[in-house]
Order: sequence, then C-alpha cells, then structure tokens
Amino acid sequence: MSDAVAQKRPLALNAIIYGFIVLWVILAAVPFFWTVWGSFKVEADFFSRESWWNAIFGTSTTRQTGNAFTGAGYYGAWVLRDFWRAAGNTIIVTVCVTVISLTLGTLGGYALARSGRNYAFWILIAALVFRAMPHITLVSGYLLPFFQLNIWGVLPTSIIVLVAINQPFTLWMLHSFFLSIPKDLDESAMVDGCTRFQAFRLVIMPVMWPGVVTTGLFSFLLGYNDFAVTAMLLSAENQTMVPKISSFLGSIQETGNVMYAVAAVVSATVPLFILVLFFQRQIVSGLTAGAVKG
Amino acid sequence: MPNKTFFAFILPSLIAMVLFIALPIVSVVVQSLYVAHERVMVQVENCQPFGGCSTELRVDAAATAELQREQPLGRFNGLGTYFNRAHLATDELGAILSSDRSFDQKVAQIFNLPFYKALIFTLVYCFVVTPLAMALGFAIALAVNALPKVTKGPIIFFSLLPMIITPLIGSLILYWMLSPNGILGATIQHIFNDPTLSLRASPVLTWTALLVYGVWTNGPFSFVVFYAGLQTVPADTLESAMIDGASRWERIRYVIIPHLAPLATFVALVQLMDNFRVFEPIVGFSAEANATSLSYLIYNDLSGDAQQFGSAGATSVITIIGVVILLMPVLIRTWREFKLKAV
Repeated sequence: MSDAVAQKRPLALNAIIYGFIVLWVILAAVPFFWTVWGSFKVEADFFSRESWWNAIFGTSTTRQTGNAFTGAGYYGAWVLRDFWRAAGNTIIVTVCVTVISLTLGTLGGYALARSGRNYAFWILIAALVFRAMPHITLVSGYLLPFFQLNIWGVLPTSIIVLVAINQPFTLWMLHSFFLSIPKDLDESAMVDGCTRFQAFRLVIMPVMWPGVVTTGLFSFLLGYNDFAVTAMLLSAENQTMVPKISSFLGSIQETGNVMYAVAAVVSATVPLFILVLFFQRQIVSGLTAGAVKG
Repeated sequence: MPNKTFFAFILPSLIAMVLFIALPIVSVVVQSLYVAHERVMVQVENCQPFGGCSTELRVDAAATAELQREQPLGRFNGLGTYFNRAHLATDELGAILSSDRSFDQKVAQIFNLPFYKALIFTLVYCFVVTPLAMALGFAIALAVNALPKVTKGPIIFFSLLPMIITPLIGSLILYWMLSPNGILGATIQHIFNDPTLSLRASPVLTWTALLVYGVWTNGPFSFVVFYAGLQTVPADTLESAMIDGASRWERIRYVIIPHLAPLATFVALVQLMDNFRVFEPIVGFSAEANATSLSYLIYNDLSGDAQQFGSAGATSVITIIGVVILLMPVLIRTWREFKLKAV
C-alpha cells in the first residue's frame, strides 16, 4: 500500500481513517493520562460529585491544600502504607523471574530447535497445553502442598512458580528464534572442536541477543503483571505491588483514602510506560514472531 | 543432537514444568475428591445457677485441629463435590428444568447457581470479546497502514498501552472512571437521566463495562499481529486486483482477508485461551455481585479464612477440561500435520 495508492484516496475516506485513528488513540491513551492527572488531586476532585471540571482545575484541591496539585496520595501510599516495600519486592521478583526464565529457556529452547526427534515435538505440544492453563487453577494445586512443606508466603517460592508458569511460553518463543539461526553455524563450530555447550555459549548466544531481549521483555511482563500467583502465595509483608494495590482497595475505601490506591496504580504504571517507550520495536517483533511460528 | 545432550540441555526447564505445572494439576484432581472434615462435636453439660442443667453439642476445637493436622486433605468425598449446589448442581438444575415456570424464570434461577453464573459469563466474555477485539484490531491495522510513516510510531506506542498494562491496574483505571463520581460514570448517569445508575446497581452496565474493558485490552494484540501481516501482503496481487477493477472494499475482501486468515486463526486461539481465564477485571471492577468467572470462583474459594480446597479443586478440574476442549482443534490439527511430516 504505497504512497501512490494513498494519493488516490477520496477525501471522505481519508476523513474516516483519520477520525477513527484519533478516536482510538483517545480511547487507548486518555484513561492513563486522566488517572495520572487525577492522582495529584484530592478525592473530592478526582471523584467529584458536582462536575468533572473540578478534576481538571483542582477546585477542591486548591481549597484544601492551597495548591492545584498535591502529592498527598503518593505520600500516603509510599510512606504511610509501605508501598516502597511492595515496590522492592516487585523488583526482586521480576528480576529473578526474568533471569532464571531466560537461563532455563535458552538452554531448553536451543535443544528443542536442534533436535528433530519425536519427543521434542511432544514436549512442545505439552508446553502449549500448559501455556493455556489458567494460573489460578495451578495456584489451587500449590496451596495445600506449600502449607505442608512450610514454604508458603516467601518470595523464592513465588519466583520459582512464576518461572515454571512462564517456561512454556519462553520455550516456544526462544525455540522459534533459535530455528531462525542456521544450523551450519553451530555445526561448523563443533567441527572446529567445540563441544555442544561451547558452540551454544560462544557461537549461538552472541547472535541470539535480539531474541533473548524480546523474550526477556515478555518474561518481565508476566512477572510484573501477575496477580493470581502473587496474591495467593505471598504473605502480607512480602506482597508485590499488584496484590498490594488490591489489598489497598478493601481497607482504603472504608477510611476514605482512595487516592492512595490511585497514586499506587499510577506508580506501578510508570515502569510499563517506560518499557514500551524504549522497547516498542522488540515488543512488536515478539508478538509477531509468536504469530508467524504459531 | 544425541539424546543425552538434548536432555542435559532441557532438563532444568523440564523439571520446573513437571514440578510446578504437571504435579499441581494432579494435586488439584486429588484435592477435588476430598472435602473438609466435619467438626468434631462433644456433648457438654451446661449448668446454670437457676436454670438447671442442659446438655448441648459443642465444637471440640482441639480435636478438630488434631484431625485436620493428621489428614490435611480432609475426608474422601468421591465425586460428591462436583455435583453439589456450588458446582454442577445436577439436582437443582433438573428441578429447575422440569418445573413448569416460564423460560425467563428458569434462566433467572439457573443464574442463581454460582457455577452456571460464572460459566455463562466466562463463555460470553470469551466469545463476545474475542471477535470484537479482532475486528477492532483489524480496523486499526488497516487505518494505521494507510497513514503517513511519521505518525505510525507514536500511534503504535499508544495502542500498546492497553495491552501491556497490568490487567488489575487497567481494570481499576476504567473502574474509577466509571464509578458514579468518576468522569464516565457521571456522564452515563447524565445521558440516561438516571441518578441511581451505577456499576453496583446495574448488572447490564457491569457486563457491558467488563466486555468493553476486554475489547479495549485485547484489541491491540490483534492490531499488532494484523499490522505485521499487512506488510507481507504481496504487492503484485494487490496491483493486479486493481487493474482488474477491484474496488477498495473488494481488495480487502478478496486479497487481504484471505491472506490474513491463518494469522486470524492464531490470534483467535490465543485470545480465546486468554479470555477463558478472565479474572482480574472482576476483582478490579468489584463485579462479583453481578458477574463472576470460573477463575474468580476458584480465587474466592481459596481466599478468606476458610479455604475450601475441595471446592476450588473441583472448579479447577472443570476449568481445565474446558481449556482442553477449547484447545482440541489446535491439538488435532498439529497432530495431523505431524503425522503428515512423519509419513
């Protein structure tokens, strides 16, 4: 669909296309900007009974604090309600999940890509079925054994569980990236006297970095966005950000501090925003790589 | 690659999957066959200064705890949990269907059974959100493809946000906007001129909000995949279609859509799988009074003080069966392709 075609497009069609895209961008982006803006107001403005113009001009915020913007929500969430601890836990969990998933995944994905045998195929199919399991059904299988073994509530347990849940997807994705690297490369390295592992580490991995980065992004997202596993498997003091926010809701709505939750939500959105900003191309290529190889 | 090397490479990953995916499935099946112990009762004689003595039954907390400690699974119940009122509710369902009430009443009664309420919503969510999100994604892909190059990057950036966002956070953001004092909720009340209209009070509004959230968050994935697919549409075919006098719409209908069909099957499958486990939006929208899903039922059984492992296990097993049924077409197709390759 080159520019030559575009020039022949009738005006009405162009208007529809631009109108539709503008509408979509508004739908996609405005909820975020609205919430970010509103998080610097007081509750009487963000949830205004009179008019939502209050949320824009900060009428009540000015009346209560003397300024049109206030950081009270952030102070409440981060300092009074210990959100910093949850943020720290999230960093530990996501970093560990990403690193371990990639280590296991590159080894396994490489083996799957280079083995033409039946069992490799069956492992991939089993991974596909595992990938479809709703996480909460697996969680209901973990709880009782974890209580018995006394490993419930701590971060390492959740990390290992998230790594395992993430494996099927990681294997599929890395497997398809490894397939795109010609076999000759590692075979010639082995002819030159490398062992299989040396060929993998010294010859294949250096050209695999784009695939590893892309897969790593999705592992990161899985760890970061998870609610089912971390909400059920972590004790209150070890909670990561997402279950922490959900535990805010019950306690805060009673005491009238909804703005704490709003501030926490905005704080947890910022890293995702930055991630898309810097890794947009990798995310897009990752989504399509999965699609093409299916 | 020799067997030994293969397994050396894949072993860590395989162990993780067996321990934390395959075994929990077994554990879920076992759990679903057990129910919690009945509380141990003791007869206690209760004497009051003027009322005389009476015997009453009391829970023996120590003995109950002891029993619980010895047999943490509970007592064996067979398939009983599967058919009780909270799950398949065969007795209740039979009674409702054989009663002579009107169709509407029957539907309303079935809706009062927790399992069917969740199942119906889960299926509706799956089969409404998936096609709508794909249609939205396809429309955005076509439109973005027609734009000048400089605008594409920023538009893709904003389009990715609803997809990349944590599901719980995304649904909370929409929930706050839709609350009666939020910007959208107040506007909706104004449009329908009904100051009592709110998510809490209106099941219709709750369902609509959840479905809209689903389309909003699933649309971008279809968009990205279809947009990538559009770049691979052969220019020659498009050109020859134009020379043959195909209109814009005919080119989309007869060249682009057939070209994207395999991608569409893939997207549909992935999204059906993901939508079948719809869970976070129900927590985020506090929708449990008006809409629940299978995953939410499990979560509900597991959270709170009295964790019902048997009940959660039964719902999990039924959910897993549902997932396998959904996956059947893919599995059969992959199997056939594999057989073809082998021959």
